[in-house]
Amino acid sequence: MVRALGFRPGLYPRRHAHFLSHRLRWCPRPPALLRAVELEGAKEAPRTRSGVPEDFLSQEGPGDHLVIHPLHFIDFRMTSILTYTFKNLPSTSKWALRFSVRPLSCSSQLRATPAAQTKSKKTLAKPNIRNVVVVDGVRTPFLLSGTSYKDLMPHDVARAALLGLLHRTSVPKEVVDYIIFGTVIQEVKTSNVAREAALGAGFSDKTPAHTVTMACISANQAMTTGVGLIASGQCDVVVAGGVELMSDVPIRHSRKMRKMLLDLNKAKTLGQRLSLLSKFRLNFLSPELPAVAEFSTSETMGHSADRLAAAFAVSRTEQDEYALRSHSLAKKAQDEGLLSDVVPFKVPGKDTVTKDNGIRPSSLEQMAKLKPAFIKPYGTVTAANSSFLTDGASAMLIMAEEKALAMGYKPKAYLRDFVYVSQDPKDQLLLGPTYATPKVLEKAGLTLNDVDAFEFHEAFSGQILANFKAMDSDWFAQNYMGRKTKVGLPPLEKFNTWGGSLSLGHPFGATGCRLVMAAANRLRKEGGQYGLVAACAAGGQGHAMIVEAYPK
Amino acid sequence: MASRAIGSFRRFPASKTLRCPGYICRNFAGSSALLTRTHINYGVKGDVAVVRINSPNSKVNTLNKELQSEFVEVMNEIWASDQIRSAVLISSKPGCFIAGADINMLAACKTNQEVTQISQEGQRIFEKLEKSPKPIVAAISGSCLGGGLEVGVPAAFDMMLTGRNIHADRAKKMGLVDQLVEPLGPGLKPPEERTIEYLEEVAVTFAKGLADKKISPKRDKGLVDTFYLTELTSVAMGIPFVRQQIYKKVEEKVRKQTKGLYPAPLKIIDVVKTGIEQGSDAGYLSESQKFGELAMTKESKALIGLYHGQVLCKKNKFGAPQKEVKHLAILGAGLMGAGIAQVSVDKGLKTILKDATLAGLGRGQQQVFKGLNDKVKKKALTSFERDSIFSNLTGQLDYQGFEKADMVIEAVFEDLSLKHRVLKEVEAVIPDHCVFASNTSALPINEISAVSKRPEKVIGMHYFSPVDKMQLLEIITTEKTSKDTTASAVAVGLKQGKVIIVVKDGPGFYTTRCLAPMMSEVIRILQEGVDPKKLDSLTTSFGFPVGAATLVDEVGVDVARHVAEDLGKAFGERFGGGSLDLLKQMVSKGFLGRKSGKGFYIYQEGVKSKNLNSDMDSILASLKIPPKSEVSSDEDIQYRLVTRFVNEAVMCLQEGILATPAEGDIGAVFGLGFPPCLGGPFRFVDLYGAQKIVDRLRKYEAAYGKQFTPCQLLVDHANSPNKKFYQ
Repeated sequence: MVRALGFRPGLYPRRHAHFLSHRLRWCPRPPALLRAVELEGAKEAPRTRSGVPEDFLSQEGPGDHLVIHPLHFIDFRMTSILTYTFKNLPSTSKWALRFSVRPLSCSSQLRATPAAQTKSKKTLAKPNIRNVVVVDGVRTPFLLSGTSYKDLMPHDVARAALLGLLHRTSVPKEVVDYIIFGTVIQEVKTSNVAREAALGAGFSDKTPAHTVTMACISANQAMTTGVGLIASGQCDVVVAGGVELMSDVPIRHSRKMRKMLLDLNKAKTLGQRLSLLSKFRLNFLSPELPAVAEFSTSETMGHSADRLAAAFAVSRTEQDEYALRSHSLAKKAQDEGLLSDVVPFKVPGKDTVTKDNGIRPSSLEQMAKLKPAFIKPYGTVTAANSSFLTDGASAMLIMAEEKALAMGYKPKAYLRDFVYVSQDPKDQLLLGPTYATPKVLEKAGLTLNDVDAFEFHEAFSGQILANFKAMDSDWFAQNYMGRKTKVGLPPLEKFNTWGGSLSLGHPFGATGCRLVMAAANRLRKEGGQYGLVAACAAGGQGHAMIVEAYPK
Repeated sequence: MASRAIGSFRRFPASKTLRCPGYICRNFAGSSALLTRTHINYGVKGDVAVVRINSPNSKVNTLNKELQSEFVEVMNEIWASDQIRSAVLISSKPGCFIAGADINMLAACKTNQEVTQISQEGQRIFEKLEKSPKPIVAAISGSCLGGGLEVGVPAAFDMMLTGRNIHADRAKKMGLVDQLVEPLGPGLKPPEERTIEYLEEVAVTFAKGLADKKISPKRDKGLVDTFYLTELTSVAMGIPFVRQQIYKKVEEKVRKQTKGLYPAPLKIIDVVKTGIEQGSDAGYLSESQKFGELAMTKESKALIGLYHGQVLCKKNKFGAPQKEVKHLAILGAGLMGAGIAQVSVDKGLKTILKDATLAGLGRGQQQVFKGLNDKVKKKALTSFERDSIFSNLTGQLDYQGFEKADMVIEAVFEDLSLKHRVLKEVEAVIPDHCVFASNTSALPINEISAVSKRPEKVIGMHYFSPVDKMQLLEIITTEKTSKDTTASAVAVGLKQGKVIIVVKDGPGFYTTRCLAPMMSEVIRILQEGVDPKKLDSLTTSFGFPVGAATLVDEVGVDVARHVAEDLGKAFGERFGGGSLDLLKQMVSKGFLGRKSGKGFYIYQEGVKSKNLNSDMDSILASLKIPPKSEVSSDEDIQYRLVTRFVNEAVMCLQEGILATPAEGDIGAVFGLGFPPCLGGPFRFVDLYGAQKIVDRLRKYEAAYGKQFTPCQLLVDHANSPNKKFYQ
């Protein structure tokens, strides 16, 4: 049933740092078991992020291969089925509670200010510029890569999101002027994945589509490109989205092999071909994996995150606590049905997927058992406090306000000011939110107190907490941001309250739309006018955008 | 024993390469335990003692007497304390753990015994550390040389290392260190400060782990182990015959490399031999004694002198220039121009490289790229860093952008009228503050600046080829050159990583002027029928890194001819000796040296062994002069070359071309390859004795005449034995 996969983690793409969990997701599991593990909560056995009990995996096996013992597996399955019925509450809620009580460094003064008090109620509309609204947005369930979507191609998942959007909004396909998708690891066959997905989803072949890439803020780039097209009057209706399928990544032949194959193509005579073939060496066959690291620095993102956490003195416990909070809140949101942007996806040949499968509240004790994934043996970033490799897609319908109203829509939110920032890709790789937040607030004429819903992309616990510490530091603001005073700390009770990338998952190209929809839906559900979306991205870049709730 | 041998191996070179990135000394919120100590303080974190080394008023920590005694004191307290179960050694200076033994401490010793005693004290400490009952973790950030390394290396030790470069990586692979800590970026404190703090945190955790036996102190077998202690070698080393063979081989190799001129490596072999044959106590004893002997040798004094001279020549005594040079322009993309560009762009200077032709420019750009790319191959740079450094270079054929240049260095062909032309062209486009520097090896700067509208901004910057390898920069000031211009040139040179001497203008300045009479003698010796190979071996066995005949080939026969002609005109008969016709004939036949593939030797791509150029035979035969037997012994030939060199150097000091003897020594050793073991011409006079040199010169003067007449200053030194260039 389950066997050793002979998989060498060292060779595997760790581009997004989450390779440990990725390593583990290569173990095929029956869906029933999966569910059992999910509901099982944390008490049974130390679990890894993929839900397989850790003692099933001998990480230090011969040759560093993953070895799973089938007998253990069956055993576990039995016990978990037995306990299944008795457990209905995540056992970790008390931990989550403890975390939310425990102040993160010194957020107190900001937390003390009631959010509603300083409500400005002004709107961010700009004279002579068209208002851009989000009619609605959807996403496929975000799945651990290597699970239900593993046999699909990226455009299949993107198509599911598009179809979901069409269904949700009933927008007539022919009114869509333009389609933009973000993606990071490109499938070479569908390099313009936006176009392939749109055609397959039945959009008009007269609707142009293009694909953008900007690491983890690719979908943000897709949305803001759409905003630009609408605001400048070039389009009225744009579909923006993003997709990532980490279950399958292009692995290339080595440069030498490629060169030989290309030369063979051009060779005219048998003699030429033979002479080319005679140059073949066995090492030509060693494959070239997609970039495992930041190109400019050759450092993996997890490694950089670990150094960042160390630079800001973020402890392992703090990181684990934050990750646990993310999972607990996501679980709660999922259970309460708040994640309304998720649309079911009938995967060909498989069951219909209805929800995210990476949400796994564990316990601090179990998380503490994990070894550091990047800086060994003393690092603090582990598989449990990093986001995992994820498959998924998102899509969003954005329109000029007057167009939406004319079509009879009740929009969910305005897309307001946005900024992109970039900084040193080595030592400040993941500090984008720190830089982008004050910039976008100043641009919009808002303060942190005006924001009711913060939606930050969680690449790593350590990254989020380092950003918090940077935002809360006068020293950092003065020495690195050219500011007189610190940015200030977002109050935790308004921060990622429905979970984040750590728990919901992070399909690189699709996360941006999830953040915006989470902000919009939270504002609608919980009240409040402004949401702030921020994210970091490979290359040392960052993004922030103000989302304003559409008046009810 | 093994690691001890390595430690001492590094001890001597360490005194030469004492170097540390310029961090400002910072005091960290230290433990308050005993602040009366000046070099070391320690605090206790849980059950881990953190020993912080921080020599006051110094950029680096060096092993001196006070530090040693404080260290012993602290360690004794730690060993005695019941609360402490392990210890961490760390430097409070970012980028420097312990840079090695304090040179001044060694220089202050008057006798072997004093040095031996110091060495024995050191040994005792290290021995105690090795046998420490409590685990000790050395947390090293930055330079850790010589004795500093020994503090880290002993087998009972476990250490960590941080560093931005690959050396830390290598050390880990070699098994010297256990864990690496990567430097951190900005956080809530300056990155260097936080990195040290982090290093300490990691080290403390590691020390705790060792004390609690959670971590095994055994390291992976690294190079050190595999080199010395794999079973095979230890078995082999057990057989006396094999041992003897190994000693012999190693000795042979060392002799070949040092030509027997440097006593230290051979003594080290002795020490290792003693240690293996007679046990470690005898080895330690022998080590300390031999170390004492070595410290008293002339070679040691010469090398220590060079170290001090080098430190001196790494400072800008002209102060900070009014305007920092940020935009540099270089004229001429030849070997020199491109070389200067390479050492400039990698220090972040925006550099324009201008040439007259696209082909010439392309060659120069390729040279810069290759220089950087070679570093990528050696993993000293990433390909990304290479690209970003290379983008500091703009190659062009016109004067676009010169209006922003803060300094222009011309490296066009050595031709006065050409230099005049480019000077006028450049002055028409550069801003007022821009410095015009001429890279010339012999043309007097005042002649070049004669056509300048602003001679106070004209200066000479004489680089040595290959620019990226040769450390020396000779800066030449004319009487009109302003102090600020000089300060600016020195600042740029220092930025380029150069050791700088500043000399007055005059034909051949200092370096070329010293070299010319020696070269003239080289030609005479060849004319007298000495085979170029023989001559090369005579000069290298004297300590020159490159043989005299090879040197002519390397410099370029045409260049040598130019210089000989120019300086011959300027100094007359004193620079005579060999016939200029030899060089002229070589040039006319196209034997320009290495660059044309033929000179005294034949140079072929990919062929390592050099063969004599047989076509030279007829030229040499036609110019043959009879040797004078009384001055043609091997030793005489060596001294004919060296004394002419030394005499001219002293004359430069006498005439005020040189400001100090130290600069003269640095220039000769770093620019011309004067034997480092002699410490430079002035140190050589001091150590060898002025009288002996004058005697030799008189002897050769009797045979050849004026060319060997000792200069007045040298005669003065010979007449009063108390007079020394270095007091």
